[in-house]
Amino acid sequence: MIDLLIALVWIVLKILLIALPLLGAVAYMTLAERKILAYAHVRIGPNRVGFAGLLQPLADGLKLFFKEIIIPSKANPVVFVLAPIVSFATAAAAWAVIPFDEGWVLANVNAGLLYVLALTSLGVYGILMAGWSSNSKYALFGAMRSAAQVVSYEIAMGFALVGVLMAADSTNLQDIVLRQQGGLWHWYWLPLLPLFVVYWISGVAETNRAPFDMAEGEAEIVAGFHVEYSGMSFAIFFLAEYANMILISALASVLFLGGWLSPFEGIPVLGSLFSFVPGIIWFFAKMAFFLFLYVWLRATLPRYRYDQIMYLGWKVLIPVTIVWIVVTGLLIEWRVAPWFI
Amino acid sequence: MLTNYLPILIFLGLAAVLAIVPMLAGSILGPRKPDKVKNAPYECGFPAFEDARMPFDIRYYLVAILFILFDLETGFLFPWAVVLRQIGWFGFIGMMIFLGLLVIGFIFEWKKGALEWE
Repeated sequence: MIDLLIALVWIVLKILLIALPLLGAVAYMTLAERKILAYAHVRIGPNRVGFAGLLQPLADGLKLFFKEIIIPSKANPVVFVLAPIVSFATAAAAWAVIPFDEGWVLANVNAGLLYVLALTSLGVYGILMAGWSSNSKYALFGAMRSAAQVVSYEIAMGFALVGVLMAADSTNLQDIVLRQQGGLWHWYWLPLLPLFVVYWISGVAETNRAPFDMAEGEAEIVAGFHVEYSGMSFAIFFLAEYANMILISALASVLFLGGWLSPFEGIPVLGSLFSFVPGIIWFFAKMAFFLFLYVWLRATLPRYRYDQIMYLGWKVLIPVTIVWIVVTGLLIEWRVAPWFI
Repeated sequence: MLTNYLPILIFLGLAAVLAIVPMLAGSILGPRKPDKVKNAPYECGFPAFEDARMPFDIRYYLVAILFILFDLETGFLFPWAVVLRQIGWFGFIGMMIFLGLLVIGFIFEWKKGALEWE
């Protein structure tokens, strides 16, 4: 009985050790985004609160605590309140299977990748619930657009993941990283380059970020599915969106950039020079690279039209992934070294 | 084996709590002064001139159906991808026949215009 209790407390502590830094990462991701966008526009960005604006996210969060949570009179209150909770819970719980370093994983389950895919699919429910229950035209349109878009890119993403599974022989995320050992050229970004590109594009579309932020479309449908949300209920949606972005970045590093593995592995001098760096630092560096890419895309590219988004998802990405699955299958059957032994 | 999944279940519960607590705090700390205009659905400051429960484009429905089709296909590909090295050429050719049939269906729906959004 006592053993069980200790085990449970231990699990809860480990979960908090993942979830609380995640919330901190989300907070500082918003600051990083504003700063990078500002420098891309040759502005300075937030620099008033604390040293160089470092306390800005805390001030923003605190402000939202003291704002009224409005529940529109026409809304369906139960679903309306439930929607942000569903969004956030699915975005956060997917982190249970992400390996941060060798053995540093909360739940080392064999169906890891399948579980992540399932939870990202469930995220659509939060969006649809919010859009429908708000009983507002903009929210409904935003939710429909967003759901159709997420669902379309989910397919391309699923196919891209099948390629990774074929190369790695396992759905366990830790095994997938271990299969990529042997230095920069053994990571899957090179042998599966088309799938890597497809995965990243669909990851950006999946999180409804620029240039695929049609669902938000502030010029026509104001903010999309969360237009009726205010105060903390809006903040939860915001947290969910950014947690999803960080999750997609973490998955991209695990699946295609060798997770916690050092990029200098197998290189004569540099390899031993950098061997003291713990794996988790490499993992975070790779995640930071992808997060920077998100903001970079947002600063650079104009928004797609909706028919262009659907065209890209269905008529470009899906055919590319199907072809590359066949190619990967052939490479595996022919045992092409060094990747597909 | 199933005990591996216990942390996931607890994580789901705890994540929901992490979302509920700020919302509760927000509803306690924030003001609550509802009035008729503030609680009306947002339409750029004008009174809403139509109910939001209205019909929507049939193509969203079509996308949802196509999604189910292709997602089942991915569900079928997942276990195959993991054991591909063990089942060899036989498994590979078998899946290629299945994929070929699906590609024929995909071309059909493309030609039929199910993927058009203009």
